[in-house]
Amino acid sequence: MYFCTDFKDTVICSKMQRKTLVRLLSVLLFIGSFSAVAQDEHTEEAKEVLPGSKTKKEEIKEFINHHLMDSHDFNLFGSTDEETGETHHYGFPLPVIIWDEGLHTFMSSKFHHGENVVESSGNYYKLYHSKIYRTDAEGTINYDEKHHPTNVRPLDLSITKSVVMMLVTGLLLIWLFRSLAKSYAKNGSIPRGIGRFFEPIVLYIRDDIAIANIGENKYKKYMPFLLTVFFFIWFLNMFGLTPLGVNVTGNIAVTTALAILVFLITTFTGTKDYWKHIFDPLGDGMPWAGKILIYIILVPIEILGMFIKPFALLIRLYANMTAGHVVLMSLIGLIFIFKSWIGGPLSFGLSFAISLIELLVALLQAYIFTMLAALYFGFASETHAEHEAHEGEIQHL
Amino acid sequence: MEKLVNDFSFGLFFWQIIIFVLLLILLRKYAWKPILNAVNDREEGIKNALDSAEKAKLEMQNLQADNEKLLQEARSEREVMLKEAREIKAKMIADAKEEAKGEADKMVAQAQAAIESEKKSAIAELKQQVASLSLEIAEKVVKHELSDKDKQLKLVDEMLGDAKLN
Repeated sequence: MYFCTDFKDTVICSKMQRKTLVRLLSVLLFIGSFSAVAQDEHTEEAKEVLPGSKTKKEEIKEFINHHLMDSHDFNLFGSTDEETGETHHYGFPLPVIIWDEGLHTFMSSKFHHGENVVESSGNYYKLYHSKIYRTDAEGTINYDEKHHPTNVRPLDLSITKSVVMMLVTGLLLIWLFRSLAKSYAKNGSIPRGIGRFFEPIVLYIRDDIAIANIGENKYKKYMPFLLTVFFFIWFLNMFGLTPLGVNVTGNIAVTTALAILVFLITTFTGTKDYWKHIFDPLGDGMPWAGKILIYIILVPIEILGMFIKPFALLIRLYANMTAGHVVLMSLIGLIFIFKSWIGGPLSFGLSFAISLIELLVALLQAYIFTMLAALYFGFASETHAEHEAHEGEIQHL
Repeated sequence: MEKLVNDFSFGLFFWQIIIFVLLLILLRKYAWKPILNAVNDREEGIKNALDSAEKAKLEMQNLQADNEKLLQEARSEREVMLKEAREIKAKMIADAKEEAKGEADKMVAQAQAAIESEKKSAIAELKQQVASLSLEIAEKVVKHELSDKDKQLKLVDEMLGDAKLN
């Protein structure tokens, strides 16, 4: 647009200018909305290590690792005093509950973010890399040759940041869907407000996930689980993308719990035909002598499959969410490594694009988890007659 | 793998199970059941409404068919009635014609009979008059003829001659 020399060019240029202006404005808007996030990350990064002791790269790596882990207090952001090197944290403490030959409870503020040793009814505890270890009065932590602490880890049932987020999500879900349920009663079967957005999703889960995979007759019994798990995962994934920086669904314990529930439901609602499919997959189509040879291999595989299915669920969700967070935070971290006019916007643009993809992934992972859970429930609840009808569909996912 | 196991926080697992199961129970009772029931009811309602609309349509069609049938019947009835009327009319005209003809014939016959009788009586009268006239003439002739004796004899001869011819 700087080459507008004659009249004809000027017309085109003015059009181009307008377009560029719109683009520029939208980019600025994005920067405006996200710079707050970036600043939080930056300040949190700084508090993680003593200034000057580590390179920026290590700092960022450590910060990402720290972010991926659960935390004992709800930190919103922190700042480091440039002169004294002191770190200030802004947030609120959460209760710590430890079972270590007796119940110990205190607020996480006593740890002072890992700086202090806490004494609770005769035992000493110290926070090290977001985990609580039993120590002596000085807070000494012994390491093995791989630099892993060898101190005893007591049974930690603290209300951590992730637990708080789960509670918040749970309450949000109850509030949202309770109001949707009420709006039906009030408006004569027509949803109102936010329910209008969620009702099609509920219907989609019913029609295209539950009924499609489980079948018209038996889907009803699984609906509450499928709906709850879908919205729970989706909402937690979305919370993970907010500047609060909670990574609940990227936590192996959370996905394990969900997968175990899927496994239990599959196992306990399994019909005779489901078990027959595991222990006698070939049925009556073969003489027993021939079957024995094949079953030596086939039956263990089928039994393994019972466990592999939910295991794949838990790893898929965990890995996807963790990977998303790592990529996103690394790209944000690049901004502070480059610190230049080219690298900064470039990594910002990249991280913005990845954020958009992550929004999709948040929904997609919730969908996939629900979909596969429904598929497994479908296998479990299948009876012989339906089984015949489904022959030819994907059987061994 | 070692990192995964190391990262596994039993506390989080414990809370997750408790919170999730609790959430499941609460949502099932207070949200999913009412929502799914309401949606089902609504769908049922829509289905019923569609069904009844279909039924109404069918009924309407039946009614229309009935109407059509009634109209058809009325039309054919009218046709029949018109035909009958036409027939009656024709019959009446024919009858009238017949009657008129009969009457006319009768009148003609009467007239003929009257003419016949008149003719007969006229002829009879004529015969009488002719007879009396001929008698008068004969009387006169005889009177005239008998005045002369010869002539009387001649006449008797002539008559006798005629009688032979008979």
